[in-house]
Amino acid sequence: MLTIKDLHARVEEKTIIKGLNLEIKPGEVHAIMGPNGAGKSTLGYVLSGREGYEVEQGEVTFNGANLLEMEVEERAQAGLFLAFQYPVEIPGVSNMEFMKESVNAMRKARGEDELSSAEFLKKAKAACKQVNLPLDFLKRGVNEGFSGGEKKRNEIMQLIMLEPKLAILDESDSGLDVDALQVVANGVNSQRDGKRSFIVVTHYQRLLDFIEPDYVHILAQGKIVKSGGPELAKEVEASGYAWLGQAQEGEEA
Amino acid sequence: MSEQIDQALARKYDAGFVSEIESETFPVGLDEDVIRRLSAIKGEPEWMLEWRLKAYRTWLKQTEPEWAHVDYPKINYQDISYYSAPKSMKDKPKSLDEVDPELLRTYEKLGIPLHEQEMLAGVAVDAVFDSVSVVTTFREKLEEAGVIFCPISEALQKYPDLVKKYLGTVVPRGDNYFAALNSAVFTDGSFVYIPKGVRCPMELSTYFRINEQNTGQFERTLIVADEGSYVSYLEGCTAPQRDENQLHAAVVELVALEGAEIKYSTVQNWYPGDENGKGGIYNFVTKRGLCEKNAKISWTQVETGSAVTWKYPSCILKGDNSVGEFYSVALTRGKQQADTGTKMIHLGKNTKSTIISKGISAGYSNNAYRGLVRMGPGAEGARNFTECDSLLIGDKCGAHTFPYIESSNPSAIVEHEATTSKVSDDQLFLCQQRGLDPEKAVSMIVNGFCKEVFRELPMEFAVEAGKLLEISLEGSVG
Ligand SMILES: Nc1ncnc2c1ncn2[C@@H]1O[C@H](COP(=O)(O)OP(=O)(O)O)[C@@H](O)[C@H]1O
Ligand SMILES: [Mg+2]
Repeated sequence: MLTIKDLHARVEEKTIIKGLNLEIKPGEVHAIMGPNGAGKSTLGYVLSGREGYEVEQGEVTFNGANLLEMEVEERAQAGLFLAFQYPVEIPGVSNMEFMKESVNAMRKARGEDELSSAEFLKKAKAACKQVNLPLDFLKRGVNEGFSGGEKKRNEIMQLIMLEPKLAILDESDSGLDVDALQVVANGVNSQRDGKRSFIVVTHYQRLLDFIEPDYVHILAQGKIVKSGGPELAKEVEASGYAWLGQAQEGEEA
Repeated sequence: MSEQIDQALARKYDAGFVSEIESETFPVGLDEDVIRRLSAIKGEPEWMLEWRLKAYRTWLKQTEPEWAHVDYPKINYQDISYYSAPKSMKDKPKSLDEVDPELLRTYEKLGIPLHEQEMLAGVAVDAVFDSVSVVTTFREKLEEAGVIFCPISEALQKYPDLVKKYLGTVVPRGDNYFAALNSAVFTDGSFVYIPKGVRCPMELSTYFRINEQNTGQFERTLIVADEGSYVSYLEGCTAPQRDENQLHAAVVELVALEGAEIKYSTVQNWYPGDENGKGGIYNFVTKRGLCEKNAKISWTQVETGSAVTWKYPSCILKGDNSVGEFYSVALTRGKQQADTGTKMIHLGKNTKSTIISKGISAGYSNNAYRGLVRMGPGAEGARNFTECDSLLIGDKCGAHTFPYIESSNPSAIVEHEATTSKVSDDQLFLCQQRGLDPEKAVSMIVNGFCKEVFRELPMEFAVEAGKLLEISLEGSVG
């Protein structure tokens, strides 16, 4: 599904990702943990092609294609989804319009017909219910005035509607209470079908109780410094990142 | 994103074609003889000619206003032709079958079929081509309701008393430089009269098209809504793509008598000039409405075209409890300049006004909102609410807000809110990450920003306006 080889990337003048390797096969769930400022969000942005994030070295293939040569929207249309750590508001554009454009852009790229309004609405309502958002969220402006938790659930709703091949969840659990966490986890689990893959970026092992990962990686200073199974997350939970041999402040951001 | 914007601001203007139509066009130049000739061609009553000449003499003494936040080379008024009409219109075609097919094709290409059976149901159109009205549709149906909807040149012949009674009562002959010029040389435009208590059975609209080179367009529109009546009126405008600037100086007067309501919507898409600011229409327009007791006038405008726009649709809230509204979307890109806004003059008791202005600037353009709210001494309990939002696309454009508030009545309440925001990289990235291309993303964000104004437009035109923004923004991002 995704192969990252010796990736180096910088933001502005600062190199953040420094030699990262990762292999994700279809159906796998990889958790990425690591201290604040390790480069977790940066990795998500680099993979999705955000402007300003420059690859200095390395290769990334996504289902056989050279991901790094594709535009942001082409990567998205190829099935790469990023659930944002801080979802942005788009005032006046309803969730419904936004998602309709989005779903249809993806369909068009796959050579499928656009969904009719009725078909779309049915799908949207189902997704809304699945993440426990009232239906009137479809009419509200994208993330406009949503609480932190609502924004995160809204991201998962989009994930459910778009059915991506690879979803990167950037701290979709932060700021959520246990019930909301359960909702987010259920949303993700409902998409696990043995073919779709996930990168779950999190600070806490808590989320991984609900979304069981196949692999856990520790990202520090732009590299994966340790990989293992679910037990690695529990170790981190118990001992923090102090073993990385450096002071880590502001962990609970 | 700024990088993307830097890339070719290649613009597309769908209405930029020229129609091959033989026209009778006055040589360039302006003097009293030109006005006499123009009035004679139109077969106007003597008083009208006198009125024009007085306006002309006033204009000669006036100077061009320079206070607006716009910058353009001096206009040579002797380089403009003041009348141009398709030759085929000379014999006044009686029905559509007699109208030059090339003219009909022009409107079809613009998406305005003039055959009634093909038209949007429920919309009557007056099509003005350069200096004359080509055709007015659905006239019989309107006549049944007692509604008059015809070219103003025709109204001057058929209903001279009605025109004489109201012409210049809201925008006096010498009101300002461009209004005086218009009063002297106006050629065509629409006249509307809605009788007492009548709800106009359909939307009325006028479609203005400039075709000839070196001609100015000076249209004059007069809408009178008699007591307790209602009308919704829409105007649209386009012009060919040319390297020379062309002048459009219109006057629109609205009279809403007691308890009447006029909804006036504009979708302005004059040729804006190329990316270097060459060519385009100078859109210098005076629009004003007068509200008697309990009357309401609502201006909605979507301004995407013109090289320079100077325009302040206003309401004089003379009668007690009268209501004025102004909803505006003004989009500038390339080197376009817009100085637009409104004036709400509260004279009567408990008068209310609402101003919602949305300015969008892209490229190297400049977009200014200029608004005056005046509370007269008699405006007991009057209220105004103003919301003025600017959206910037890229970092080379400008947005400016000039609100003027004058209150001579302590019981009047004026509220003003203003915001400036940018189409952010974050928003753009979110949209692209969800599969949208950058152009679609920007137009969606802009449409969202304009929502409050679009919902004031008549249904049929809200969709058009959305599409227009989309076309206008094409090429605004890389
Ligand atoms: N736009 C930017 N400009 C400069 N530095 C940045 C920018 N974005 C992130 N960084 C820096 O990159 C490093 C990694 O940040 P980030 O990927 O957000 O970490 P994480 O998500 O692991 O907490 C941090 O040191 C951060 O300050
Ligand atoms: Mg982060």
